[in-house]
Amino acid sequence: MKPNRNRRAATLHAVAAFVALIGLADAIYLTIEHLTGQSVRCTVISGCSEVLSSPYATIHGYPLALLGAIAYFTVFSLATLAAFGYRLVSRLLLFVVALMFLTTLWLLYLQAFVIHHFCQFCLLSALVTTTLAALVAIASRRATGRQHVVTGD
Amino acid sequence: MKRLLPFAIIVIVLGGAFAGGWYWWHAAQKSVVVSKASTGAGAPAVVTSSPVPGAEPPHVRGAENAPVTLEEFGDFECPPCGAFYPTLKTMEGEYGARLRVIFREFPLMQLHPHALSAAHAAEAAGVQGKFWEMHDLLYENQNTWKDAFDTRPIFEGFAGRIGLDVERFKRDQNGDIVEGRITRDGIRGHSLGVNGTPTVFINGREIPYEHFNTPEGLRAEINKALNSTGP
Repeated sequence: MKPNRNRRAATLHAVAAFVALIGLADAIYLTIEHLTGQSVRCTVISGCSEVLSSPYATIHGYPLALLGAIAYFTVFSLATLAAFGYRLVSRLLLFVVALMFLTTLWLLYLQAFVIHHFCQFCLLSALVTTTLAALVAIASRRATGRQHVVTGD
Repeated sequence: MKRLLPFAIIVIVLGGAFAGGWYWWHAAQKSVVVSKASTGAGAPAVVTSSPVPGAEPPHVRGAENAPVTLEEFGDFECPPCGAFYPTLKTMEGEYGARLRVIFREFPLMQLHPHALSAAHAAEAAGVQGKFWEMHDLLYENQNTWKDAFDTRPIFEGFAGRIGLDVERFKRDQNGDIVEGRITRDGIRGHSLGVNGTPTVFINGREIPYEHFNTPEGLRAEINKALNSTGP
């Protein structure tokens, strides 16, 4: 049993929690932009109007960014718990992040090939989710590695 | 104590998220007011008398004595205007003689390279009495021309499709009548505090974008106006 593997996984989860905070702030910002209609309309100060006004920006009338904010908050909570040693949540965390990563790939595809416009705040979100996926994947490998060590000893 | 710490952190972040959202919401609301004030005449919430009339006669679709008048300031190249077009069309079908629609030119030249030439094309069609036919074609085919390098052949193709005298259309596009109409609509927009598109006024009252960008929202706003004017 090597306790430093445990500690490394905890550190990775702590970093993931911090990165999720960036995603959370970004998603809240996009939600507000969407709801107040500022960058959704074409205004003199424009941002992501092409992307946020597309039909892909809402699900049943709710802004997709709101779903993103909830997802980032979930990841933050799970990663914080995992960092504090709650082992059961790390598997759930891996599942949620994998789902988010697949969604991100789909959204990137939509921006590149369907909407033909990129929104910088959506790209930031894609970067955050990719980073989270990498961190959580490495952390889970370390956790599995630890189990192997335990059974091997 | 240590067992409670992660939960405390989660609750604090949740509170922070709501506080941040609240702050951004108010900042966004404030920026609307500021940008409107900077356009000149401030942002009257209720317009009781028309500050500047705009192009005369305006482009009107619907019955003259309709109880509800919806005035749209639009830019043919703006995607949200393109998205609003079918919504408004549905409402025109639903409300029939009870809804009158006015279109005002508000091309955002800083954002859209072809917005002005599209406005010129629509107004030139208007000289031959076919403004709305061109208006519809421009919105319905927005994706086919907004990324084109040269829109002239496309717009001339539209003119031919709706049965215009294309040679006259080409001359009128650069004529004084067309130029004057767009300028007057723009001045009216500025005097009303319009800073983006689509901007919609129903019976002179500006409607927030998020209240009219869905058929349900727009229907509710039209019904509100109908109820306040009586049956």
